Amino acid sequence: MGEPAQRNLVLILARSFASRLATAMFLVDAEGTVIYFNEAAERLLGQRFVEGAGMRVEEYTKLFEPTTPEGERIRPLETPIGLAVSRREPAHAELTLRGADDVVRPIAATAFPLLAHAGETVGAIAIFWERSEGD
Amino acid sequence: MRIRVWGCRGSIAAPGADTVRYGGNTSCVEVRLDDGTVLILDAGTGARALGLALLEDPPPRIDLLLTHLHVDHVEGLGAFEPIWRSETVLHIWGPASPIAALDDRLATYFSPPLFPLTLAEVPARCEYHDAPDGEWRIGDTTLVSNPILHPGSTVGYRIEADGAVLAYLTDHEPGLGTDLVSTPPEWISGFALAHRADLLLHDCQYTDEEYETRFGFGHSSVSHAATFAERAEVDRLLTFHHDPMHTDPELESIRDGVLERWRVEPERCGIATEGVETGVTR
Repeated sequence: MGEPAQRNLVLILARSFASRLATAMFLVDAEGTVIYFNEAAERLLGQRFVEGAGMRVEEYTKLFEPTTPEGERIRPLETPIGLAVSRREPAHAELTLRGADDVVRPIAATAFPLLAHAGETVGAIAIFWERSEGD
Repeated sequence: MRIRVWGCRGSIAAPGADTVRYGGNTSCVEVRLDDGTVLILDAGTGARALGLALLEDPPPRIDLLLTHLHVDHVEGLGAFEPIWRSETVLHIWGPASPIAALDDRLATYFSPPLFPLTLAEVPARCEYHDAPDGEWRIGDTTLVSNPILHPGSTVGYRIEADGAVLAYLTDHEPGLGTDLVSTPPEWISGFALAHRADLLLHDCQYTDEEYETRFGFGHSSVSHAATFAERAEVDRLLTFHHDPMHTDPELESIRDGVLERWRVEPERCGIATEGVETGVTR
């Protein structure tokens, strides 16, 4: 009908929720396109959302060189958000990311797919928790 | 396309001297298309009088589009006379749920002890459908339904027929956690349903002051309704889902408040009024 594209209500609510959280949150659509991350995630990634908006999650994740705590490289689709998108199942991992500001941060990442009422997967969300020395 | 409002009150019926001008029945709108198609938007208490009117010239098929199953939107179904006639063909559409089918959820209200009979005892031939998330058709009519922001599973409807567009978002709080002025349209609940509609029926339950204590109740303030109409570039707006505590003069004050914020010709913003019929044209 020629109307503007409309985000699914689940994504609208997730974005609104994330925008008010001090917890780092990262949102992708069902195709794995980066559609939002909040200010707390910007701080962890060392990059503004506008610089990552619209990228594929596997391309974007690669930029941050995810590794295990032991230093082994993690393939982008094997990260929690990659698994939530590609396998449509929840995932959790301890990993390190090198931010665009060149700071390496240990984080805990938990991701899960978002299912709308009609049962379709409309995207996935990841929560990042920065580990400190005492953790 | 023509519509007739049979009920536009929100939450609970509010008959009485204070509400006689705009009406006290809860949500129910009849939509008549040029080809004779009859659509009904919600089955609040206004459905009682509508049902009686339909018996004068019964249509071969009726499509009832429920936005959600809160009681003010379904409580007129039991008094909707066509369902008690075996010759009636009634298609009931409503929001999908991951938990139960539409008829099972509707039966929560339509069964003892809340109602003396069960849905299974209704003589009319009823068919129940989940309203699709997106575009669909009834005959030659194009409809769009999308989930919209309101507690529980709720949809809004867009009806495109006879060269015009009607949008119906009666219980809707698009401003919850969202700055409607600056947020990109794709991130505004219900935006695509309302975009450039010739007529938008939209929730305008609260004054801005009332909204401060009703945050998250699922309804819009004056500012929300005005900004939503402006952003969606609708031609006409009828304020809808009138608060049961609001008198006729208060509804007029609310309409004036919308016009202070949405700076358009006054005839482009009205108050949904029970018993009033209006054409929807481009």
